[in-house]
Amino acid sequence: MDILRFITAGSVDDGKSTLIGRLLYDSKSIMIDQLEAIEKQTKNREEGEIDLALLTDGLRAEREQGITIDVAYKYFATPKRKFIIADAPGHIQYTRNMVTGASNSDLIIILVDARNGVAEQTRRHSIIASLLNMPQVIVAINKMDLVDYSQDVFNNIVIEYAELAKALGLQDVKYIPISALKGDNIVEKSAALPWYEGDSLLHLLETTQVEKAINLDKARFPVQYVIRPQTEELHDYRGYAGKIISGIYKTGDEVTILPSGLTSTITAIETNGGEKVEEAFAPQAVVLHLQDDVDISRGDVIVLNKDVPKTENELEVLLCWMDNKPLTPGNKYLLQINSTRVRSVVREVEYRLDVNTLEKQYDTDTIRLNDIVKATIKTAQPVVFDSYNDLRANGGAILIDETSNVTVGACMIQ
Amino acid sequence: MSAYHLDYLDELESESIHIFREVAGQFEKPALLFSGGKDSIVLVHLALKAFRPGKFPFPLVHIDTGHNFPEALWFRDKLAETIDEKLIVRYVEDTIKTKRLTEQKGKFASRNQLQTYTLLDTIEEFGFDACIGGARRDEEKARAKERIFSVRDEFGQWDPKKQRPELWNTYNGKINKGENVRVFPISNWTELDVWNYIRRENISLPSIYFAHEREVLEFEGQYVAVSQHIRIDETDVILNKKVRYRTVGDMTCTAAVASSAETLEDIIKEIVATKTSERGETRIDDKVSEAAMEDRKKNGYF
Repeated sequence: MDILRFITAGSVDDGKSTLIGRLLYDSKSIMIDQLEAIEKQTKNREEGEIDLALLTDGLRAEREQGITIDVAYKYFATPKRKFIIADAPGHIQYTRNMVTGASNSDLIIILVDARNGVAEQTRRHSIIASLLNMPQVIVAINKMDLVDYSQDVFNNIVIEYAELAKALGLQDVKYIPISALKGDNIVEKSAALPWYEGDSLLHLLETTQVEKAINLDKARFPVQYVIRPQTEELHDYRGYAGKIISGIYKTGDEVTILPSGLTSTITAIETNGGEKVEEAFAPQAVVLHLQDDVDISRGDVIVLNKDVPKTENELEVLLCWMDNKPLTPGNKYLLQINSTRVRSVVREVEYRLDVNTLEKQYDTDTIRLNDIVKATIKTAQPVVFDSYNDLRANGGAILIDETSNVTVGACMIQ
Repeated sequence: MSAYHLDYLDELESESIHIFREVAGQFEKPALLFSGGKDSIVLVHLALKAFRPGKFPFPLVHIDTGHNFPEALWFRDKLAETIDEKLIVRYVEDTIKTKRLTEQKGKFASRNQLQTYTLLDTIEEFGFDACIGGARRDEEKARAKERIFSVRDEFGQWDPKKQRPELWNTYNGKINKGENVRVFPISNWTELDVWNYIRRENISLPSIYFAHEREVLEFEGQYVAVSQHIRIDETDVILNKKVRYRTVGDMTCTAAVASSAETLEDIIKEIVATKTSERGETRIDDKVSEAAMEDRKKNGYF
């Protein structure tokens, strides 16, 4: 059994909440007391049968103030797999929410209303998915019941979307006709769609390969913490604790420590609080021991010599702005990538990307919440990074406002 | 499937250890809130994996309501002693006396709300800047929306609107003086994940998690342990039932479930088969209103 993390993109009108509710309900992840609570609410609202969309309903603070909190996480499991759904609400602030939810997902389900086909927001969701380099895409063409389960409608949308996917460079796109409301093709294959030869949505989610999200070729180990017991029997113990974010490490491997560029050899790898293993791989949390007594601290990255990341103090990034205060070029921010935090300045904004059309706009005087811009960031110390599109695990960084401490931006390093 | 592929429990474990080490790396004065309940016992187990052979870079802290199950307290002390880590206990009883707080009245008078006062005082007393807790997002919908690093203001309050976006596995623990961060390393675990992990790792638990004979009174379909902390009325029917606890909170607000499960295997079988959620079945305090947890969190609760 393993884990698949996915995000659903779509608005309430596309049936996103109903789809999530349906997945939870049909996979029997909803408990009686939770159902009772929904039934009670459904009655309060004087509607008919149980409204599955209510399963993903928000907090009282959200309802009262008409706001939506960016991402809620939902969990369900089948005997084959554990699923973590990032449920990002689909309203105007969607860019920020979707970027946040997608950053922790390996697959995206893009919901398309069969009656509307590839709409403006389908384009927007797909563009964001491509900017975040989502490893897998499922296009769920929903509300098939409202178009008489027509194969032609489905095929036309597939043709239209395939063009968009090609233009955006989206990899590994699968298509499925569903009705979240009726439960068609969600858990079981539907008799109403006999012409569809693929799997049900749940079966797709259960069988899709999750390893694709993890890169085993480029070895990256950001040091989080140095373990030094300093007791009598362990006075020489010096272990570098962290999580392998990509790649495989073996005892005896030659390594480089960045940004210093010093080299050494792995003498031991420990897991489970002291148990020695010969090799370890992403995403395991381990402790590395090195032959040489080099100066290593939190924020350093230990990599294999054969394929080293870049170490530079100027970064070209696609930056999604996430704060209500606009971005002012020239302002200083903290840039954090994995366990490294350095002071930085957003030097230059080249253009703003229209997330509906992918058009570049050059009026970049004020960068507001939900804008995605191409920018250059200069850092006070060199940063160890990979291009986001090559290696997601070491190519994403956040910007922190030094005065409010709030996370104000997400950077995909180019 | 490649040989380099993690089982789901290994992946969850790795994510949690990573979070623990981020706390150690980012904060000056963290603490691990430890109650002797299964989720916080799992946290201690994960911390051992994250930091051994070193010592924990934080003490264990328990806010003792005075209504805890004796079995859980005994276990708490024994575990802290076995792993040789510092345990700090602060008592709600003391806060009630020094601050002249008014206790809840009624049949199941709970100190659940009052423990927030003691918690905030303890945070201030030691200057804790991060408190690690065992809350999970599958427990409740307010928790489903809370961050892994959840910033609280100087009153400990959670403001759902002002949460920081949490991207990739990058955690922003920057705070101003007086603020603190609540950190939830097992946010992405479900109840069943916790039990499966306990079984796999062979983690010891307090005896009350396993089926045992106990005097309980039946109240609105729930079994509440007979103790000096609840009011027993003449009309109450006291039963001697074989029960176990699915969660362990205060004796006044945690209900037992009828069970004959004496082993972890049996417990897991029962949980897989159950049709009621963990909180729905066992927590009397969440039934007050639909937004009970949301409100308590805003007031500084975990």
